[in-house]
Amino acid sequence: MTLHKSLAIAAGLLMGATSLFGGAQAQDIKVGAVLSVTGPGAFLGDPADKTLRMYVDEINAKGGVKGRKLQLVIYDDGGDAGKARTFATRLVEEDKIVAMVGGSSTGTTMAMVPIFEEAQIPFISLGGAVVIIEPVKKFVFKTPHTDRMACEKIFTDLKQRNLTRIALISGTDGFGKSMRDQCAAVNAKYGVEILAEETYGPRDTDMTPQLTNLKAKAGVQAVINPGFGQGPAIVTRNFRQLGFAVPLYQSHGVASKQYIDLAGDAANGVRLPAAALLVADKLAASDPQKAVASAYATKFQTITKEPVSTFGGHAFDGLMILVGAMERGGFDPKVIRDEIEKTKGLIGTAGVFNMSASDHMGLDLSAFKMLEIRNGDWALAE
Amino acid sequence: MLAQFLQFAMSGLTVGAVYGIVALGFTLIYNASGVMNFAQGEFVMIGGMVTVSAVGAGVPLPLAALIAVIVAASVGVLLQRLAIEPVRDAPPVVLIIITVGAALVIRGVAQIVFGKQLHKLSDFSGDTPLAFLGASILPQALWVLAGTVLIVTLVWLFLNLTMLGKALIATSANRLAAKLVGINISFILALAFALSAVIGAAAGILVTPITFTYAEVGTLLALKGFAALVLGGLGSPLGAVIGGLLLGLSEAFAAGYLSSTYKDAVALLLMIAVLLLRPGGILGHAGAERV
Repeated sequence: MTLHKSLAIAAGLLMGATSLFGGAQAQDIKVGAVLSVTGPGAFLGDPADKTLRMYVDEINAKGGVKGRKLQLVIYDDGGDAGKARTFATRLVEEDKIVAMVGGSSTGTTMAMVPIFEEAQIPFISLGGAVVIIEPVKKFVFKTPHTDRMACEKIFTDLKQRNLTRIALISGTDGFGKSMRDQCAAVNAKYGVEILAEETYGPRDTDMTPQLTNLKAKAGVQAVINPGFGQGPAIVTRNFRQLGFAVPLYQSHGVASKQYIDLAGDAANGVRLPAAALLVADKLAASDPQKAVASAYATKFQTITKEPVSTFGGHAFDGLMILVGAMERGGFDPKVIRDEIEKTKGLIGTAGVFNMSASDHMGLDLSAFKMLEIRNGDWALAE
Repeated sequence: MLAQFLQFAMSGLTVGAVYGIVALGFTLIYNASGVMNFAQGEFVMIGGMVTVSAVGAGVPLPLAALIAVIVAASVGVLLQRLAIEPVRDAPPVVLIIITVGAALVIRGVAQIVFGKQLHKLSDFSGDTPLAFLGASILPQALWVLAGTVLIVTLVWLFLNLTMLGKALIATSANRLAAKLVGINISFILALAFALSAVIGAAAGILVTPITFTYAEVGTLLALKGFAALVLGGLGSPLGAVIGGLLLGLSEAFAAGYLSSTYKDAVALLLMIAVLLLRPGGILGHAGAERV
């Protein structure tokens, strides 16, 4: 962590020095990103980091945006909300960015929101929770589906399977807590009853006590696990260890191949709502997302030699929304903000974006696919 | 009822065994050198990470584990030689900060060498749970417990029955006197770091199939291990292990019987209670100052 940080600082100093000395880069448009490239959120920030670099290079190679090249300024917050805030201030005050695509988690995003609101610079977050865009904040947008949508998608699926009495086991991280609250807020609307609830810390290594209690609770027909990172993988393994026979639902917080690798055979049969990106090759040819999702997946896998995850996809969507806004309105942060809000029909990896003054994400439930893990791979459940 | 109790107990013992081994590693180095080595969790990480990488490269598990232990021991000795030895007479606070710095360096290097993601290791003997009086127990948990018993026994035998072990105890009791009777202090200190790295790495190898591993896994383990150490009694090897098991059990029982939200708070309350009643820890001597 330190090494990366000091490298980042050194790079930052160098960049500062070059801009002092000359006009060589004066024409470049600076786009900022604070990402959790290392630390417990690395699985979110790392693919986002690679995606942004990859596509900014591609955009610049093709002549940039309106003839101006983009310059990325990326800082690694290591998953620490305090550091994220510091870097956000640096992006605004020293780097003078025009917009930011980043904020890997809900926690880091919420720590940075006040800075961008005050500086009036558009901030496209890659965090999951609904609190980021509700209530609407003038300069804050996000590209991933919200946790509330995940709950709604899961409840819809539960109703189709006639399962209405459930239990929750959620992580105490920002995302886990927020999704738990959202699920507990919309369950009545879908006629789903929450019989029992447990929590675990984001770095806990054994959840069998909590799951033993849920298993002992009579009448539980399904278990939902809001959370991300190692927690859900351990929950999944413990779940099978205890021989818990009801369906297990995960959230889009685990929508990467790493989850399947970590949980192993225990992951088979688990359902989760996720972006079409994961099943790009299995989408019908008529699906409007097929072309975009397949192109991104292929490029990411060819260049990084890693399996594609939705987390890199969210960064791709954010960058494309931003580039679209700049193509239409130019490079003034306030104009960019207005143009981002006017984004309509933009096909991304997460779905079709239709932003508005009251909706700073622009995705609806149709953007989510219900996936089931079968034989260690994603499959469409419906 | 019994099934539930057993399930909680197994969970607590497995987690607690690792805390205990980390605490034991703290104790060995502390006793020999008076240094509280906060890079102790990193040895556990090295054990897990090197094994995962070696297995990934096609090396059979026992050999991979051996490589991991050797790598960890080398890092331990290097840490002592390069970072601690040159400033041996510095005040304890300085030494502690040096080990914190060393931990950060090791973590950073691990991120570059092994990557930042989570890694997993397959269970040693399959992941089909064993049913025992209604509780289902992973074979790997038995590996962890058996491994812990073996490690603690070996450390005890080494300290009490071998000449080298006795030299280590002598060094911790009185460094000057030990030197006067011809004990090579410098060698003994390096040995303490190596030994402590070896048991940390062994714990890392045993527990990785259950908990996964990543470059920063050591941070939390060092914290919990330190808590276990304080609970069990600073300076007592047996106390360290008992402290670890108690901490693990209290977390598991709190999560199972009270509330999973407050399980960490319960563990901390237990610690405060023990320290109020026995300021030196369960097996420690109150007020004993080792310099």
